[in-house]
Amino acid sequence: MSLMSKQVTVRLPFLRFKFPSAILLGMLLLSAIILATSIGAVSIPVSDLVTSRLTEQQQAVLFSIRLPRVLLAIVVGVALAVSGAALQGLFRNPLADPGLIGISTSAALAVAIVIVFAGPLTGLLGLYSLSIAAFLGAIISCFVIFRFARLSGKFSVTYMLLTGIALNAICAAGVGILTFLSNDEQLRTLTFWTMGSLGGALWPSVIVAATIVVPASILLIRSARELNLLLLGENEARYLGVDEEKLKRMVIIATALTVGAAISVSGIIGFVGLVVPHLVRLLLGPDHRLLIPASGILGASLLLVADTIARTIVAPAEMPVGILTSLIGGPFFLWLLVKQYSGRFGI
Amino acid sequence: MISVKNISYRIAQQRILDDINALFDAGKISAILGPNGAGKSTLLQCLTGALKPDYGCVTLDGRNLEAYSLVDLSKKRAVLSQSITVSFPFTALEIVLMGRSPFTLNNNSSVDNEIAHETLDLMDAWHLKDRSFPTLSGGEQQRVQFARVLSQIWDQKNAYLFLDEPTSALDLKHQYKVMEIIQNQCVEKFLTVIIVMHDLNIAYQNTDTSYFIKNGQVQVFGASKDVICSDILSDIYDLPLSYAAQHVNYGRNSSHV
Repeated sequence: MSLMSKQVTVRLPFLRFKFPSAILLGMLLLSAIILATSIGAVSIPVSDLVTSRLTEQQQAVLFSIRLPRVLLAIVVGVALAVSGAALQGLFRNPLADPGLIGISTSAALAVAIVIVFAGPLTGLLGLYSLSIAAFLGAIISCFVIFRFARLSGKFSVTYMLLTGIALNAICAAGVGILTFLSNDEQLRTLTFWTMGSLGGALWPSVIVAATIVVPASILLIRSARELNLLLLGENEARYLGVDEEKLKRMVIIATALTVGAAISVSGIIGFVGLVVPHLVRLLLGPDHRLLIPASGILGASLLLVADTIARTIVAPAEMPVGILTSLIGGPFFLWLLVKQYSGRFGI
Repeated sequence: MISVKNISYRIAQQRILDDINALFDAGKISAILGPNGAGKSTLLQCLTGALKPDYGCVTLDGRNLEAYSLVDLSKKRAVLSQSITVSFPFTALEIVLMGRSPFTLNNNSSVDNEIAHETLDLMDAWHLKDRSFPTLSGGEQQRVQFARVLSQIWDQKNAYLFLDEPTSALDLKHQYKVMEIIQNQCVEKFLTVIIVMHDLNIAYQNTDTSYFIKNGQVQVFGASKDVICSDILSDIYDLPLSYAAQHVNYGRNSSHV
């Protein structure tokens, strides 16, 4: 795609480089992968990786711990960032984020219900059923938000955010009730889910998440042109030949699928879906044809780095990565609010 | 040519449009006029296919509007809506190129770029091409959106152009320019142009036919030069005759200078 060759200027104090964005983002992801693979309780230096002179212990760690975790971070990062970008296009507002408007919490509530009432679920089947529950939670909330945001006939951002607040409160209360009802083991699982962590990374969860996230992301990337037109308004998109009802339905289902898949394997990891598309827009502009794939790559890279920090900063313990992303994302969100002083983003 | 037969539209038991009949010719500019809340924009939306009338039908070139696919329609008619908010920093040029999307599914070709250049130039907005659209002033945004709408049907003959208050945010110079462009395009490309507007002077000077809508019904229609006159205005807008006369005299004078 010729768009991917869009030049990005990188400014350092005395230097300016121009890079095609694809190369820049590719390099970023590659270095994040190398960083995340080599750092940890058992260090796997890059030189050993390249020459494949690994000890047995290193090999075991690489294949059964490090690699699935790296891949899961990539899949979840892509899922969150891509769905964030697509949702912002759908809601025609840069403040839409699965966490912010209650989609993630609804998915988490659905997951919590399954954990507490369906008993222990293991293996691929269990993971898929958690994914399906999360998907259902996400899609119901998407439709609720859409309905409420359009109560007045016209789409209102205020209503979207307020509906999000209400949904977040309702679902948080729901999770609270379930916490109250749950036994010790379920409680641990629930806590893990609400804080967001990639600590449970095993091959099955990577496979389950990837089989959902990859096709759904491709679907979203392919609707990028139509999403651009939707930004002009629903009627304008229609006048330009886009079946906007079909497009909206498709985007809602695809984002609910990706968010659901991500949440069922990693819990709620906030703000990635908000921050990443913003950074990409600052660098490359708002064109969805570039924004969605680039957000995917940047989201994967950022979550990889964040997860690497989260699992090493308080070693040998591990910090849930969701806490870290919220710690960084929260202030970023506030900065965003200050920056759009003039109501430019239609609040 | 668009023909409108007996269309009615209601929202929650309230009649917005009530048995409207009209005929809009190709190569002609028609104005839809009337007081606030008369149903003008609703009528326009029924004509563009954005709204489906509860009763009656709209035909384009003798074929029912509903028989066209969205893609076919997008190649035949362009619509400028009243206000368009874009909350993302697209450049003005990117916005105009969106108008070409019915014809180019992926990357914009050199033809599209030429058309975008031409229309932006025409709208006196080429210098804004790299500016972020949300930061433009209301009038500048309106001109850029107009350029987008024009480029959508730029290489089509017999196309349809629907405009909802195209001059509402424009200064005098650009009002004049925009109306001149509409007239030229209409003749040159044999467009069917339908404009919803409030400015009766502009309607008087620039349109061929006028439809006065009130309470969802066509009250008066005919050649603009005939029907935009003081007694009709005083009737439609509930004005004292003397005030209406002033208003129209102003129009007459300026058109005969």
